[in-house]
Amino acid sequence: MREALDHWDFVIAAYAVGLGGLALLTAWSWQTMRHAERRRDEVKRR
Amino acid sequence: MHIYANPKRFLSLAKWLTPLFLWSGILVTALSIGWGLTQVPPDRLMGESVRILFVHVPSAWLGMGGWTGIAIASAALLIWKHPLASVAARAIALPGMVFTAICLATGSIWGRPTWGTWWVWDGRLTSMLVLLFLYAGYIALSQATAREGGAPKIAAIFGLVGAVNIPIINRSVVWWNSLHQPPSITAGKSAIDSVFLVPLFVAVLGFTLLFAAIVLMRMRALIAEQQVEARLRRRALDDDMPVATSRLENA
Repeated sequence: MREALDHWDFVIAAYAVGLGGLALLTAWSWQTMRHAERRRDEVKRR
Repeated sequence: MHIYANPKRFLSLAKWLTPLFLWSGILVTALSIGWGLTQVPPDRLMGESVRILFVHVPSAWLGMGGWTGIAIASAALLIWKHPLASVAARAIALPGMVFTAICLATGSIWGRPTWGTWWVWDGRLTSMLVLLFLYAGYIALSQATAREGGAPKIAAIFGLVGAVNIPIINRSVVWWNSLHQPPSITAGKSAIDSVFLVPLFVAVLGFTLLFAAIVLMRMRALIAEQQVEARLRRRALDDDMPVATSRLENA
């Protein structure tokens, strides 16, 4: 007998993993870039 | 390609391409997600779970595309000694690994309602898992060589050798026929109905733009770190110089 699974639970989980991971990666990359470029400008000024 | 060997020239281009790719990527991805979740009908066999396609497939393509990018950058480093090649390869590695991990996770989630299992050791899934480990190995190796001042050639050779896995992933569903479906999209042909295919291409475009933006951001960060390091080293040498001169005078 086939299990009755609500497919929407799996769709939501997959989108949460996919988009959550993508958002975290984008935000972290942006933050790292800003921090590194700010540090470079500070060192250049000193 | 050598026009952008100069980091200054590359940075001036990257400065206006980064926000362009980022914001257009966010917009196109949001459009494809909305389309995939609300406008696409459920599939006859897979039901509502077919919507996972719009996250899973772009991640899989970019996971493989990322390593192809590493291999091209590695070749550019080894053959032409392009100064930005190792920076590009290092910048691609992390997003490539994250997209591979997303592909594996969403595939596993999709497998449960479709195949009745979270995981199966078939050719496609296993070769994709190997790709994830290759990314982890590449990141560890390139970070170690950068930290220890080693030659980036070692990571480049690893990047080229690891590219052997890409055609294996691509052909795995043909060579080892198991739970994973055979290729749905081949050159010029598609077994997917246009109702799913058009939003899928929009999702691929959106994810690719975001991937490009992330790679550019990481390249900018790596270049800035190298510039800081070079400047501090130069300054330390300048500071040591008068001491060395006075020692010579006293001798």
